[in-house]
Amino acid sequence: MRGSLGKLVAGSLSLAGRWQKQQLRRLNVHEYQGAELMSKYGINVPKGVAVSSVEEVKEAVRSGFPNEKEIVVKSQILAGGRGLGTFKSGLQGGVHIVKTEEVADIAGKMLGQILVTKQTGPQGKIVSKVYLCQKLSLVNEMYFAITLDRQTAGPLIIACRKGGTSIEDLAEKFPDMIIKVPIDVFKGITDEDAAKVVDGLAPKVADKSASIEQVKKLYQLFCERDCTLLEINPIAETSDNQLVAADAKLNFDDNAAFRQKEIFALRDPSQEDPREVDAAKADLNYIGLDGEIGCMVNGAGLAMATMDIIKLHGGTPANFLDVGGNASESQVVEAFKILTSDDKVKAILVNIFGGIMKCDIIASGIVNAAKQVALKVPVVVRLEGTNVDQGKRILKESGMTLITAEDLDDAAEKAWNSESPPK
Amino acid sequence: MNRQASRLIGTLASKIFSRPNPSAASSSTLSSPSRHFAAAPPPPPAVFVDKNTRVICQGITGKNGTFHTEQAIEYGTKMVGGVTPKKGGTEHLGLPVFNTVAEAKAETKANASVIYVPPPFAAAAIMEAMEAELDLVVCITEGIPQHDMVRVKAALNKQTKTRLIGPNCPGIIKPGECKIGIMPGYIHKPGRVGIVSRSGTLTYEAVFQTTNVGLGQSTCVGIGGDPFNGTNFVDCITKFLDDPQTEGIILIGEIGGTAEEDAAALILESGTEKPIVAFIAGLTAPPGRRMGHAGAIVSGGKGTAQDKIKTLREAGVTVVESPAKIGVAMLEVFKQRGLVE
Repeated sequence: MRGSLGKLVAGSLSLAGRWQKQQLRRLNVHEYQGAELMSKYGINVPKGVAVSSVEEVKEAVRSGFPNEKEIVVKSQILAGGRGLGTFKSGLQGGVHIVKTEEVADIAGKMLGQILVTKQTGPQGKIVSKVYLCQKLSLVNEMYFAITLDRQTAGPLIIACRKGGTSIEDLAEKFPDMIIKVPIDVFKGITDEDAAKVVDGLAPKVADKSASIEQVKKLYQLFCERDCTLLEINPIAETSDNQLVAADAKLNFDDNAAFRQKEIFALRDPSQEDPREVDAAKADLNYIGLDGEIGCMVNGAGLAMATMDIIKLHGGTPANFLDVGGNASESQVVEAFKILTSDDKVKAILVNIFGGIMKCDIIASGIVNAAKQVALKVPVVVRLEGTNVDQGKRILKESGMTLITAEDLDDAAEKAWNSESPPK
Repeated sequence: MNRQASRLIGTLASKIFSRPNPSAASSSTLSSPSRHFAAAPPPPPAVFVDKNTRVICQGITGKNGTFHTEQAIEYGTKMVGGVTPKKGGTEHLGLPVFNTVAEAKAETKANASVIYVPPPFAAAAIMEAMEAELDLVVCITEGIPQHDMVRVKAALNKQTKTRLIGPNCPGIIKPGECKIGIMPGYIHKPGRVGIVSRSGTLTYEAVFQTTNVGLGQSTCVGIGGDPFNGTNFVDCITKFLDDPQTEGIILIGEIGGTAEEDAAALILESGTEKPIVAFIAGLTAPPGRRMGHAGAIVSGGKGTAQDKIKTLREAGVTVVESPAKIGVAMLEVFKQRGLVE
């Protein structure tokens, strides 16, 4: 099922598992969008229609499922664990199999509501669309994934003859049931490779050569669309001998956004932290957390280390924010605005060690931000590196009330001590 | 001063009795090669670069290429040319510009390249440098699609001539001799500690601290934050272990992947007595979130900072929990081992 891969700890699957819980910076798409994309590649998917309102449901059922007696109604959120989740309204379960005449009713209870699952966190996620799916009679459920593997430095296909929710137990108990087939990037997937994968899946009734073709199409999608993970759990056999991708999780490489415009247009901001949506608009690398000290740092490693040292001194980081090497003054201003708009933030720590990033740019950004945004909390600034003297001078001449720090320890200590008392 | 003197005598002695001896050649701290071998090429660098490295810049006429080439020239790096397609035959910053790496190499006898080319074209730039058989390629670019890098990596693995450092890295510097990348030169000081890191700016912290405690750096290598890269901890530590100038090693890691664990295994196996200090960033990072670097994700319980710290400590590495204490920790171990008074 969606997201179950995350719990796989077994060494043989750690590589695919690594990618499971990403959000945001690795684009994640809804189930219905994944299904649409896969069917463009000729991959078998269950018949399905996505709807955004109860009005749309009736028409969808009439035209899409004229002969079905039962339909699967699935909440579309970007998180796993939907089946066992609970709506804030009280409705249990984000996935329901109901009689055709009950579809409109259950869809109405899901649409616009907030679904809380093990993976969404307590705040849950809003269900803007539900996916009406054909109910398949599945003979057998297997597991399939393609990922980019660091060890073999290339695409790796993972197949297991048993899929479904118990896959994590299987990985621990029967690691030999998990077949891994590395693919040579220059040769591409050969018939031999695909046959190995199908043998790993060990389908009972599905036609072998048709299955081989399905595997090749999945690999083609994976490469052409810059996926970092394509996980199908379960990949199943239907009673009419077809191999079907009954549920799929696709992640796309953020670095490939420039050449995958169609895919990246599928991004759903309603599923994301609004602070992070704003940050993405300004092209800032930001992750919202829950703490009280807002951070602005250049460089991901230093940003993580800054969070670490804040914690060591007793504080809690409110966010991760890497302004990067090429940040402009306006980006710095935007970053400041996002940090100051967070109510939980009681102090801001700016830690810049300029390499590409120049200290005078950061300093000008801070000064401009202070003019545009009322700074209600203390700001601790530690500058070092390229153009540090100009940077320090700009801050001094601004007349702003800033706390300057000399090194990392000093900065973290001052940020923690300076936190405004609770109002 | 005693240390330097005995190194000098040792190297002179081995030159007197010399045949081409790889271990003598790698004490590259001494100046020019012996006059007796005027025609012989200089010995290879101990850790990838030194004052003899001749560097071209791919993307020299771009904004970043221009700024950092100016800085490199100012630092004393042997910048010998640049490559920007369609601008061959022109001059930029006093250096000749060529259309291709192969042309640049033939004319300037360059043996290394630094790449400041935007993500859509960077992988191709690396491949071009590899095909021209440069010894070293340093790719600074962040944001190269992973599928592109996977192909580059597969191509790299099929040959042995070219080493790639990066992508998404600050570069490599041998203080006082050669600076290839975006690091601020002034914080470095030629010295005794080798630094290898996945981070950029966090590395500068370690450099700053080791300079401030008086130890200085032998060579600093930024291997970058991408999951598919050319050089890893293991590659650098192998060089550091053999380099007489590197008396201590600092390793800066972060969450995600198993590079730190591989390094720990190498360190354990080597039985080295050189002091090694590490800091692993991201101990407090929430699981499942990508913290900036494409390679920095903890998921499925693997790639956690705690695991890395534990594995490194088991290999005898001093792991500090505060990034502000890297320099003092190294000084402390040097004192314990009798390497400073």
